[in-house]
Amino acid sequence: MAARRISTMLSRSLSLSSAATSLGRKYGLGRGMQRFSTGTAAVLEEPITPPVEINYTKLLINGQFVDSASGKTFPTLDPRTGEVIAHVAEGDKEDINRAVSAARKAFDEGPWPKMSAYERSRIILRFADLVEKNMKELAQLETWDNGKPFQQALTAEVPMFVRLFHYYAGWADKIHGLTVPADGPHHVQVLHEPIGVAGQIIPWNFPLLMFAWKVGPALACGNTIVLKTAEQTPLTALYVAKLFHEAGLPDGVLNIVSGYGPTAGAALASHMDVDKLAFTGSTETGKIVLELAARSNLKPVTLELGGKSPFIIFEDADIDKAVELAHFALFFNQGQCCCAGSRTFVHEKIYDEFIAKAKARALRRTVGDPFKKEIEQGPQIDSEQFQKVLGYIKSGIDSNATLECGGEQFGSKGYFVQPTVFSNVQDDMLIAQDEIFGPVQSILKFKDIDEVIRRANATRYGLAAGVFTSSVEKANTVSRALKAGTVWVNCFDVFDAGIPFGGYKMSGIGREKGIYSLNNYLQVKAVVTPLKNPAWL
Amino acid sequence: MSGERNGHVEESTIMIPKVKFTKLFINGEFVDSVSGKTFETIDPRSEEVIGKVAEGDKEDVDLAVKAAREAFDHGPWPRLPGSERRKIMLKFADLIEQNLEELAALDAMDAANLYLLGKIVMINNGIELFRYYAGAADKIHGETLKMSKQLHGYTLLEPIGVVGHIIPWNFPTQMFSMKVAPALAAGCTMVVKPAEQTPLSALFYAHLAKLAGVPDGVLNVVTGYGSTVGAAISSHMDIDMVSFTGSTVTGHRIMQAAATSNLKQVCLELGGKSPFIVFDDVDVDKTAPLALNACLYNQGQICVAGTRVFVQEGIYDKFVGRLLEQLKTWVVGDPFDPNVNQGPQVDKKQYEKVLSYIEVGKKEGATLLTGGKPLDRKGYFIEPTIFTDVTDDMTIAKDEIFGPVMSIMKFKSMEEVIKRANNTKYGLAAGIMTNNLNTANTVSRSIRAGTIWINCYFAFDNDAPVGGYKMSGFGKDMGINALHKYLHVKSIATPIYNSPWL
Repeated sequence: MAARRISTMLSRSLSLSSAATSLGRKYGLGRGMQRFSTGTAAVLEEPITPPVEINYTKLLINGQFVDSASGKTFPTLDPRTGEVIAHVAEGDKEDINRAVSAARKAFDEGPWPKMSAYERSRIILRFADLVEKNMKELAQLETWDNGKPFQQALTAEVPMFVRLFHYYAGWADKIHGLTVPADGPHHVQVLHEPIGVAGQIIPWNFPLLMFAWKVGPALACGNTIVLKTAEQTPLTALYVAKLFHEAGLPDGVLNIVSGYGPTAGAALASHMDVDKLAFTGSTETGKIVLELAARSNLKPVTLELGGKSPFIIFEDADIDKAVELAHFALFFNQGQCCCAGSRTFVHEKIYDEFIAKAKARALRRTVGDPFKKEIEQGPQIDSEQFQKVLGYIKSGIDSNATLECGGEQFGSKGYFVQPTVFSNVQDDMLIAQDEIFGPVQSILKFKDIDEVIRRANATRYGLAAGVFTSSVEKANTVSRALKAGTVWVNCFDVFDAGIPFGGYKMSGIGREKGIYSLNNYLQVKAVVTPLKNPAWL
Repeated sequence: MSGERNGHVEESTIMIPKVKFTKLFINGEFVDSVSGKTFETIDPRSEEVIGKVAEGDKEDVDLAVKAAREAFDHGPWPRLPGSERRKIMLKFADLIEQNLEELAALDAMDAANLYLLGKIVMINNGIELFRYYAGAADKIHGETLKMSKQLHGYTLLEPIGVVGHIIPWNFPTQMFSMKVAPALAAGCTMVVKPAEQTPLSALFYAHLAKLAGVPDGVLNVVTGYGSTVGAAISSHMDIDMVSFTGSTVTGHRIMQAAATSNLKQVCLELGGKSPFIVFDDVDVDKTAPLALNACLYNQGQICVAGTRVFVQEGIYDKFVGRLLEQLKTWVVGDPFDPNVNQGPQVDKKQYEKVLSYIEVGKKEGATLLTGGKPLDRKGYFIEPTIFTDVTDDMTIAKDEIFGPVMSIMKFKSMEEVIKRANNTKYGLAAGIMTNNLNTANTVSRSIRAGTIWINCYFAFDNDAPVGGYKMSGFGKDMGINALHKYLHVKSIATPIYNSPWL
């Protein structure tokens, strides 16, 4: 069976490659055939070059693609090989200044906050339609830059991106303040006004979806934006921002600055003319962002940070479903999800069976070129993350957790890591405490509900949790007891546009998605005036 | 063309569309009525027959309800995620946009809506409403509750089921959209009865809905008369709600039929006799044209028309003078002519009713300032008519005339005008013209009406609910309130144990 899979992969790889060649993209056979190994099967393959042109590599400021003020660029790399995909303009403080100034002007003088909400919603809808038409190219670009499975990008993430913008378009004309009863003869109404220039810093794990989570609500509310993409994944944001302008977005409303955190990111977070900051990324960086906001103009900050989310499986759960979902909850997107179910708590009665099945499932996980249809797992995003993940695996072994499978680099090139499962993990081990952000599942044993609640909450994080049980009582008790922003009961990673998402504790501040996300981008103004002879109060 | 005034109009250059859909639309198909009968729909400009339309009756309503019931109980529509319903509704809106001119022409020839206004306002309003409610389809939020004991509680908002919509002839497109769009967004299925005077565009919309992907049985259209089709809908045992816009007299009947059948929920948007109150401090040059439009728009055939114009004594003479001046620019004629402000009344019955009210006004002692006569041409055209010296007890100050007839009354103080403005069985809308903040706030809270426009009129918006107080009806159209009238609230509770908070 393994042999058959290899040959299919190979033939598909070659046919796709020749298609790429005929489209004229640089395609070097000299890149070499490399050897990927899963221990049981050896795969000979070359990375597929996607037939997509990279047309947008400059900063997008005030509706124009421009070089950085310094003229500098940085390379964005293919995580499959570590090779350069493109050189991208490297924004720094001066570029942030220019972008903020454009956004400021677009907010203070431009048509965007002044046009009718219906018109704004029409532009957002037109944009979503354009993205839908360019779905395949965008998914290819996303996979190329990020390393995530192409099928995942194409059939899940880009359609979700479109749905998110449709969703937020629908909010634009339904932003309601309240009229408020007063204690005396006063008329009180509350206006929800756009907050102004929003600074947004997004991570590399879901470049398009994170763009949508941030940009969607900010634009629906009538704000203007300076968005800094992650230096690992600058490409798709530039592409979709171009489409947004084609859809009729006025210049200056959405500015994209590619670059690094300590330069562009820090300049945005500490800018005196940015009215709001939203950041998704690591808890460490989140602290810096909040501090910069505090030191500069006290801009309100939304943070969506790290997690060490428990996935709790009770003895009454459907074990096969639980195994599959626990696997998905951790390994999805190469384990690079802030809400990954990275502490799998299993009830002692089903522990042994669960371990056996979880290990078998991890061994079946297909790793390889994310452009191949049957591949479930691509490479980690970059060398730093790759090394970090391997370091944590070593720590797990050193602390005497049982390595059930995996534990090493997958193949010899790029940043692939074998799907790794640890059992007998104890709460005080580093792999049970730190966010690994890689394909490393830690399985822990528990006895009763009170114990697992206490242990699940014994973390500085509080982003999400999974609960697997067929008991209504357990489901209700645990959902209320867990200190986490999202609890998935008998499911995981359900990310509808309407469901708010965000963290307790050091997993962050504020909520994204859903009606709750609008509050991040609105100022609340109470308007009060006396009433003479009111007919009622 | 620009030189033409009052009455005479050049041959229209507009392409009058061929009428494509004249049958009932049931379960996704255009079908003849069970009886095989048809009725004529008339062009109010010429009194000529536009076409023959299938005449539905009780049996046809039964078939349509059966289809809607099946589509609700077993079909995909209420089971689709809101985001999927949104997608189909957005497509529907796009299709309407692609057929905008043809739809505007259908309403112009069937309802005598001004063609130009149809093109730039009315059909667009319909499109906007579909887009607005498309955006609401995935934002139907119940609540989790704060229970007083160890209980977990929450509410679910569920689609109410099969809805009967009975819509009037004055704005065929807007009324259709106002009723159908929120019900679709909520996940309901429905039977729509358009007015017998204006059946054409509703059938066209049904065709477009099917093209957009609205599943069969979700939207059914049964054309016909109120006494047959309308009565069958309101008394049907398998319809969960009836939503009606029309006269107060018919509203009584519908509610009665609902009461004696299955106690279906009822929403009524009925008549009005809305006050348009002009205080001394206003700019007369701006306000007089607004008052004229508030009363004469759509030939006066609009339920929220500002038909009782209360003018404060200090500017009374100036205001009346300015009204007359403005009226000189008012053109009555073919609704397809872009220079025309006012077309014919919708049918002979309405035309005769309006003329008889004018006679009553004269007889009861009001001063006929201008107008009062039919136009000397074919079609149901009536001169814009203004009465002064109208007293509150006159018939023309009390009844809804639904024609181009304005009654002007003089008032002294705010307290007086509040009292007089509220002295009506209706409570649909009101206009308050003042620059005084206190006056605006006090009067807007004092008037017993569902919509108040301050220094504007007809300020309709997708997001702004409209609907009546008193005998103008109950339940709202437009806005999120309208969505909620098509939703049931279900409250759910279950015990919880050891919750760390309550």
